[in-house]
Amino acid sequence: MKLTGAQIVWEVLKREGVEVVFGYPGGANLPIYDAMLDYPVHHVLVRHEQGAAHMADAYARVSGKVGVAMATSGPGATNLTTGIATAMMDSSPTVFITGQVVSRFIGFDAFQETDVTGITLPITKHNYLVTRVEDVGPALREAFYIARSGRPGPVLVDIAKDAQQNSTEWQYDPAPLKLRGYRPQRHPLCRQVEQALELIAQARKPLILAGQGVLLSNAMRELQEFAERAQIPVAMTLLGIGGFPASHPLNLGMMGMHGEAWVNQSIQEADLLLAFGMRFDDRVTGNLKTYAPNARKIHIDIDPAEINKNVRVDVGIVGDLRETLQTMLEHLPRLDHSVWLEHIQEMKGESAVRDIQYLPPDGHLYAAHVIHDLWRFTGGDAIITTDVGQHQMWAAQYYRVDQPFQWITSGGLGTMGFGLPAAIGAKFARPEAEVWAIVGDGGFQMTAAELSTAAQEGIKVNVAVINNGYLGMVRQWQEFFYERRYAATPMRSPDFVKLAEAHGLTGLRVERREDVQAALETARASDGTVVIDFRVEQEDSVYPMVPAGADLHNMIRRPVRTAIVETGEDEL
Amino acid sequence: MTMERKMAHTLVVLVEDKPGVLNRVASLFRRRAFNIESLTVGHTEQPGLSRMTIVVEGDDFAIERLTAYLYKLVNVVQVEDLTHTQSVVRDLALIKVQAPPESRTQIMQVVDVFRGRVVDVTNQSLIVELTGDVEKIDGFVEVLRPFGIIEMVRTGVVAMERGSTPLYVPLNGNGQAHPHPETISEN
Ligand SMILES: Cc1ncc(C[n+]2csc(CCOP(=O)(O)OP(=O)(O)O)c2C)c(N)n1
Repeated sequence: MKLTGAQIVWEVLKREGVEVVFGYPGGANLPIYDAMLDYPVHHVLVRHEQGAAHMADAYARVSGKVGVAMATSGPGATNLTTGIATAMMDSSPTVFITGQVVSRFIGFDAFQETDVTGITLPITKHNYLVTRVEDVGPALREAFYIARSGRPGPVLVDIAKDAQQNSTEWQYDPAPLKLRGYRPQRHPLCRQVEQALELIAQARKPLILAGQGVLLSNAMRELQEFAERAQIPVAMTLLGIGGFPASHPLNLGMMGMHGEAWVNQSIQEADLLLAFGMRFDDRVTGNLKTYAPNARKIHIDIDPAEINKNVRVDVGIVGDLRETLQTMLEHLPRLDHSVWLEHIQEMKGESAVRDIQYLPPDGHLYAAHVIHDLWRFTGGDAIITTDVGQHQMWAAQYYRVDQPFQWITSGGLGTMGFGLPAAIGAKFARPEAEVWAIVGDGGFQMTAAELSTAAQEGIKVNVAVINNGYLGMVRQWQEFFYERRYAATPMRSPDFVKLAEAHGLTGLRVERREDVQAALETARASDGTVVIDFRVEQEDSVYPMVPAGADLHNMIRRPVRTAIVETGEDEL
Repeated sequence: MTMERKMAHTLVVLVEDKPGVLNRVASLFRRRAFNIESLTVGHTEQPGLSRMTIVVEGDDFAIERLTAYLYKLVNVVQVEDLTHTQSVVRDLALIKVQAPPESRTQIMQVVDVFRGRVVDVTNQSLIVELTGDVEKIDGFVEVLRPFGIIEMVRTGVVAMERGSTPLYVPLNGNGQAHPHPETISEN
């Protein structure tokens, strides 16, 4: 059949099962937009291309399918880049389709020409510049395949306008793709699995470090079976949250810079670390020289380049985590580590009282209150997206996630502005779910224009603005490390209630703990998107904290005071 | 085992012959903070494959990292470190040297000893072509220097392992990637 390049774009998307795309039109992708009207796909018109990228990213993380965003050439494409880099750092399977100027103008600084493949080279898993209509189909098919296989990531396809307009004979070829230089290794090698099992048999203080790989490879069941059978406790990275139920007795909690003290202490004392689909980011290791000094290390990752990158390991296994755990489970015996587990419990007892659950009961509203109450109110079942900053860390600490694909946050890049668009993307992935974006007053304003997108789409997401009047996390660093010199961190915000109302949405303000519950109920009862402006304590800090580059066990602890969370049924 | 000694490594990188591949490889070196000492690209016996020979300084660990990063590039088909192998390594130099009549004979003798070739002659100068390994050319340049080198260019090395086995064996379609050095199977 003879099709235009623009039609081929939608044909491939249809074959790939794409139901929703997020994007923004312009001169260089007009043919693609024009052809779209003939295809049964839902297009979400964003207010800024960064929003489209985050929506596609979050859509992918929640649904497990490839997320798609599109933009025009030049400024459209450059606006996508923050979102592409975010998806890259967090291994999110995404395809970005950009329009490019007519091919004979490429290289002549034409109107709205930007070297998009050049700009996105280091922030994509792979990218394509397509200048001939014959290459549109093959490039897009490869893009989907590369985006979702191996270690997932963003792939960008930049299509010249004439390649969209010209026609060619084209037929979808369902045969599996074979790329000469790209063959992800899914099956682990036996010898390394054996070595790993040997180390496990010798260990007395083993600890699993569960990363996002657990979710990306759908290894939740295998991980749980593994941890239970071998009685090995599990610590999670920020992106690993949801891969292992928070309520599971073997779950220690989050590790790293704002990980709970007993978790980091356990890592430092462990004699074996089993790193499952995580990458020893500097935010989880602290000073590498003193990191887990007594531990041998087993590292399982689909990306060979992660093995021995930050931490030298004793056994490195390249493979799909789920397949690897399945192989290991065939041989893994029941083990007992009760002495070690009791020891961790003792450490937990001491630090739990201090760092996480306790804040002064001085009548103020704390972010921790809000998030704790939100957790109880939603029964822990909401999809939570966050922005970046203190509220993100508090959300990780206080919103206890039991289910996979329910916790969506920008980890690797730490992109402010992620929260609201991510919530919209998540809602499209799971329309029936209750979605809450927990955002700071700073980050919210970076992409608040997407409220308008939510309003136009008539979808319901809930935005909890943790409004402390500061760029809180930076203010915290200034408090701790720059003698409280608050350079450029106090921030004046618009009236968020009115902002919501200006969009035809519901806005609420909460200033006292007593009013949190009622506001949450109002939010749930309302039809459309709701913004709640939580006016929280302004100079609160996230504890504990490992200063950047410090030893993992040298944490700044919360000064001992009294409880924030009342005892009894309110116990976490 | 790894030796923590920095030395020049000669990597052969087979890449798909597609636009932008050189940029991808070069960009990777820059982004991951590796310094390229020399880089050459050319066609191979395999249609659609180009062969880069890259000389880079680093210890064995760094080279192992670099190899893993290179494999992350979708267009990179194979990476081999020929440093610790029996290999033929060749660099080619063109050297324009001052050669007035009084020193000309002497220069010609040096060229002869090194098995170079004179490829251009004027009253006052010669262009000499020399092929050889890096040390040989370094040595030649040192000997010529006192005569007055006007201009010089070197291609950077190309390298090939000795013996009859080919570097590239097309995969038999079992879907397995070229293994990372750490993961080479023994089963
Ligand atoms: C795009 C971007 N710019 C700057 C930063 C640096 N940064 C990290 S956290 C933070 C403060 C965020 O403030 P806010 O959104 O109010 O959240 P809070 O920390 O107060 O919860 C900043 C500026 C960033 N992560 N992303």
